[in-house]
Amino acid sequence: MTTAAKRLPRTSRPPDVWDVGAEFDVQRVRHDFPILRQRVHDRTLVYLDNAATSQKPQVVIDAIRQYYERDNANIHRGVHFLSEHATEEYEGARKNVQSFLSAADASEIIFVRGATEGINLVAQTYGRTNVHAGDEVLITAMEHHSNIVPWQILCEEKGARLRVAPISDSGELLLEDFEHLLGPRTKIVAVTHVSNALGTITPVQRIIEMVHRGNIPVLVDGAQAVPHLKVDVQALDCDFYVFSGHKVYGPTGIGVLYGKSALLDAMPPYQGGGDMISSVTFEKTIYNKLPYKFEAGTPHVAGAIGLGAAIEYVNGLGMDNIAAHEHELLAYATETVSAIPGIRLIGTAKEKAGVLSFLLDSIHPHDIGTILDQEGIAIRTGHHCAQPVMQRFGIAATARASFALYNTREEVDALVEGIQKVREVFA
Amino acid sequence: MPDLRELYQEVILEHSKAPRNYRELATANHRAEGYNPLCGDHFTVYLDLEGDSIRDISFQGSGCAISKASASMMTQSLKGKTRVEADRVFAQFHELVTGQSLTNGNQAELGKLAVFSGVSAFPVRVKCATLAWHALHAAMQGKQETVSTE
Repeated sequence: MTTAAKRLPRTSRPPDVWDVGAEFDVQRVRHDFPILRQRVHDRTLVYLDNAATSQKPQVVIDAIRQYYERDNANIHRGVHFLSEHATEEYEGARKNVQSFLSAADASEIIFVRGATEGINLVAQTYGRTNVHAGDEVLITAMEHHSNIVPWQILCEEKGARLRVAPISDSGELLLEDFEHLLGPRTKIVAVTHVSNALGTITPVQRIIEMVHRGNIPVLVDGAQAVPHLKVDVQALDCDFYVFSGHKVYGPTGIGVLYGKSALLDAMPPYQGGGDMISSVTFEKTIYNKLPYKFEAGTPHVAGAIGLGAAIEYVNGLGMDNIAAHEHELLAYATETVSAIPGIRLIGTAKEKAGVLSFLLDSIHPHDIGTILDQEGIAIRTGHHCAQPVMQRFGIAATARASFALYNTREEVDALVEGIQKVREVFA
Repeated sequence: MPDLRELYQEVILEHSKAPRNYRELATANHRAEGYNPLCGDHFTVYLDLEGDSIRDISFQGSGCAISKASASMMTQSLKGKTRVEADRVFAQFHELVTGQSLTNGNQAELGKLAVFSGVSAFPVRVKCATLAWHALHAAMQGKQETVSTE
């Protein structure tokens, strides 16, 4: 038996793989996340800043460590043992992402740095080829800066116009207004799946149907959606879908752009370099096939492997179990936090995931954040990289608690107590 | 563990709720804006400079308790002072909130502003405490653009 054959498969599944549909035991899940065991300011850490980034389970940390300890090599070119093995692991991670998103083919999965790079890639390739002077790009009023600025850069360069579909006071997309903004000049539509500042789940299925009537492609920003919802890009029929690994329990610096292969094939490359070519002469370069055409240079191999492990972890718990747990938690948090005198919730859409944005009397969110931090509670305060959302509500900032699969009702109780402490300080 | 009460002293909370000299200054001949894009804090500082001395000073804007109280107490402490004196108070205030005054003990001219000593235990809040001061500095130098603490 060769060394290769003896090599054990990576331990990237949870030690006890869960039966999908089995009861979700959050206390058991918490043991998988070493960072949650620590104390902060002499208090038990209550991590409620998951929309910024999620914590990593041991299996993800192990996968990255094992890669560097055992498998590190450059991929796609070496004939040696380690290179072959690293390539297998990297491409295995791509297949994990493919099935995670229910994409038709693994070649439609492009590894990028994160959702931001995915959007920039589409704006700079599909956008620069297809958007011209007088054309329009349509987004919504609840986009993260990363789904605004790349389109602004494109529109400025091309003399095109960025149109913005409005949202209601509860933070829901006004679909009629959205539909009115679609027209013969609309060349691409980019919408968030879940708003990072408000938690709103947008009706992407209906949006895509509506937009496709005009044969216009749709990019969906799924950075805040994939940790909370089962995503099926074929059922949605979206043309592009992006997400970041670090928000779904994977490492930073790795993310995914899904694109329909017909679109990706027709697009020019994003960056030039090694790995994205099939042959180079000084006269002409033939680009590589998908997905490599869009992966110039040595990719973040360890990151992709870590993301693959994160997806296996999430699959092991079952996305339906996770969604149900988080839904119950958000409902409990919404009920208990809004019962505190002086609380105003920002973002009260019917369909929400993961996020509770709030204001407390006239107390600045920054002060709320500092006081909660002293209680060991990590939340985000500020404009959440969504300044137009703040402007829409006439505020400068909010305090935002955001939830993940490992959060508990006890942690929500701690948040409520923390907010009471804020009220005492400012009484 | 830093003490919240050291940061949110009564005087600070009181000034944040009822800021002094909180108005546009009709006689202002200098003004500057301070903006912290991280948290959205935004203040305008108005100055009525007569020669080298601050005849009147006021401010307006929005921000957290620390930034607002700091702006309010700044206007109180600098009214009637010369530019040189104001610069010196700012330097001492900056040393105070960044914890440097603990080593050099240079806070003779701070007076009531000494209540901001608790800020030094909260490094991320230093920008809040100094925002209006940076705007003041720009206003005295006659700069027009918005000062950012990022």
